[in-house]
Amino acid sequence: MAIEVRVPTILRTYTGGEKVVSGQGSTLDEVIDDVESRHAGLKARIVDGDGLRRFINVYVNDEDVRFTGGLATPVSDGDAVVVLPAVAGGAG
Amino acid sequence: MRFDSLIDSVGQTPLVGLPRLSPSPDVRLWAKLEDQNPTGSIKDRAAVAMIEAAEKEGRLRPGCTILEPTSGNTGIALAMAASLRGYRLVCVMPENTSVERRQLLRMWGAEVVSSPAAGGSNEAVRVAKRMAEEHPDWVLLYQYGNPANAEAHEQNTGPEILADLPEVTHFVAGLGTTGTLMGVGRFFRRHKPDVTIVAAEPRYGELVYGLRNLDEGFVPELYDESLIDARFSVGPRDAVRRVRELLALEGVFAGISTGAILHAALAQAAKSHAAGGRADIVLVVCDGGWKYLSTGAYEGTVDEAEASLEGQLWA
Repeated sequence: MAIEVRVPTILRTYTGGEKVVSGQGSTLDEVIDDVESRHAGLKARIVDGDGLRRFINVYVNDEDVRFTGGLATPVSDGDAVVVLPAVAGGAG
Repeated sequence: MRFDSLIDSVGQTPLVGLPRLSPSPDVRLWAKLEDQNPTGSIKDRAAVAMIEAAEKEGRLRPGCTILEPTSGNTGIALAMAASLRGYRLVCVMPENTSVERRQLLRMWGAEVVSSPAAGGSNEAVRVAKRMAEEHPDWVLLYQYGNPANAEAHEQNTGPEILADLPEVTHFVAGLGTTGTLMGVGRFFRRHKPDVTIVAAEPRYGELVYGLRNLDEGFVPELYDESLIDARFSVGPRDAVRRVRELLALEGVFAGISTGAILHAALAQAAKSHAAGGRADIVLVVCDGGWKYLSTGAYEGTVDEAEASLEGQLWA
């Protein structure tokens, strides 16, 4: 088993149009590096220095990683990683 | 309860127990029924607070035009308050919001300008900001960055919860403008810092996230990450499932975004229950389900409801 990474429309130019790619690793950082090895350029659109880019949100099993350790967030086989652009939402 | 006018009756909403959804007598869920505000949503609090703050600052004078990007509830609340106070209201609303919301806005006297569906509320914000530049005499209250939005919750929603449930351990609300979470979060950080503040964020279909450059994303100016402890992204399937459970088990007929909030609240409850501790978890019922009947969320199978919500701004 591996870790499923869902990629937003805007970043699918790096994944050959694939919506979901799979990666390996024990932390989010490792998974991103693993995915980057097959889909070069993706990482730079998600990560900025030691953290996430300002308008990118990443969720592991639906939880925002900014509150679970950021790029060091632990992941295990079968986890789902979702990458999404930040949008204005809610019943505003 | 007696009030001088409808505006004065905003807030002081009931906090009701959800015994059938609660995992045990030690881990209890409580619903703050914000649908019982005058126009039927939590947004009455922010709308009245923003108008009163603008009046106090002298930005808003009789006869002024108010402009606001809104997917519905804030617009409806503003329309009520604006009509009672004698202001004209222009709302910018994404075209993929439910027909009831548009109709309600017009009923309360607001003018509605549609913004493109692609891009969702981001696009409504952009259109409203551009219109504000074209009409410098209009007053853009701007709920995403107006401190009065969060202050309404810091001064009222938070204190109401603490007064009704001094043993509160968690507060769970939706993350849109972030006003509710920022205000209540700030209140608890000061008055009961061990309360865990949890955000539930709706996850929409792909259309809503648009195709634009990621550097043009949107984070509300009010948002301060340090005031929340966890943030969950909840898709339409879980939101629909939970909003139906809330109705079937507890008799509460809520809007779809409340289903997303309940989903996050139940995750906290399960965690507390597994840990064997005590928890009193307050979740916000943002509005009733009436405005969303046409979305298909309440009829048919969950699969059908999920399919019909695709591409809609359901929260």
